[in-house]
Amino acid sequence: MWQYEKKLQYPVNIKNPNPKYAQIIISQYGGPDGELGASMRYLTQRYSMPYNEVKGILTDIGTEELAHLEMVCAMVYQLTKNLTEKQIVESGFDKYFVDHTTGVYPIAASALPWRAEYIQAKGDILADLHEDLAAEQKARVTYDNLLRLIDDPDVREPLKFLRQREIVHYQRFGEALRLTADKLDSKNFYACNPSFDKNCGK
Amino acid sequence: MNDRKMLKRKIHEFDFSIKEMELYLDVHPTCRRALMLLDELRRKRKELVAAYEQRFGPYIVTTNDAPATEPWRWIDSPWPWEIKEGEV
Repeated sequence: MWQYEKKLQYPVNIKNPNPKYAQIIISQYGGPDGELGASMRYLTQRYSMPYNEVKGILTDIGTEELAHLEMVCAMVYQLTKNLTEKQIVESGFDKYFVDHTTGVYPIAASALPWRAEYIQAKGDILADLHEDLAAEQKARVTYDNLLRLIDDPDVREPLKFLRQREIVHYQRFGEALRLTADKLDSKNFYACNPSFDKNCGK
Repeated sequence: MNDRKMLKRKIHEFDFSIKEMELYLDVHPTCRRALMLLDELRRKRKELVAAYEQRFGPYIVTTNDAPATEPWRWIDSPWPWEIKEGEV
């Protein structure tokens, strides 16, 4: 089970609302490489993992991604506070507003709602860990792209923190992959699936 | 930023470092240096929480921390996403 901690992992204090920024940042909540997908991917993949180190890292990174999702939502919430109807129309936020008002709904910057197809649980430790490594890099690129488009330091600081976390997670997943390779018999490296076949790598 | 918020921010910084060591240990479970560092970070955090509680009352971050006294303080504002400028 989980226990909520009533705090953000890194502070989000945005003084100036900006619905244009909100519309692109929301992609890191409900977009193809966003934090909701990251969390669901890792927490879902845990069940077929054969090694305790990998069960541990997926649980703990998957949990941290929930905290990141909360930070991204806090940013969207603060960026869309106290808007006038004029600001809503002029920023193009009207298309979101008509369906969700200023509720925070998981969609991509392109407006496509979050979908389970963004993630996979292949039930094969090598396939799953490679997906996780790619996911961290894709999320890092998305943060890079957001940082290219955003000037406000109040918005940039939490984005920079989140970008850095992708790099650390990539490192930890890389170590999990290396550790997996070490555990497998090198002669049978791709000849069996340790998530499924009995005695694979033993 | 007042003393209470500064102390809270300091605790949050330790929370972050502790989380970071925990991730590292998941995939390096026998790293003695990391274990020693985690132990030290946890000890320092405990001291900061004790200092906070002495000055400002219960440090409430999970439901378990909220005292069973009236009124139920868990629900007090601000919730994390509502935090205003300069607050933590």
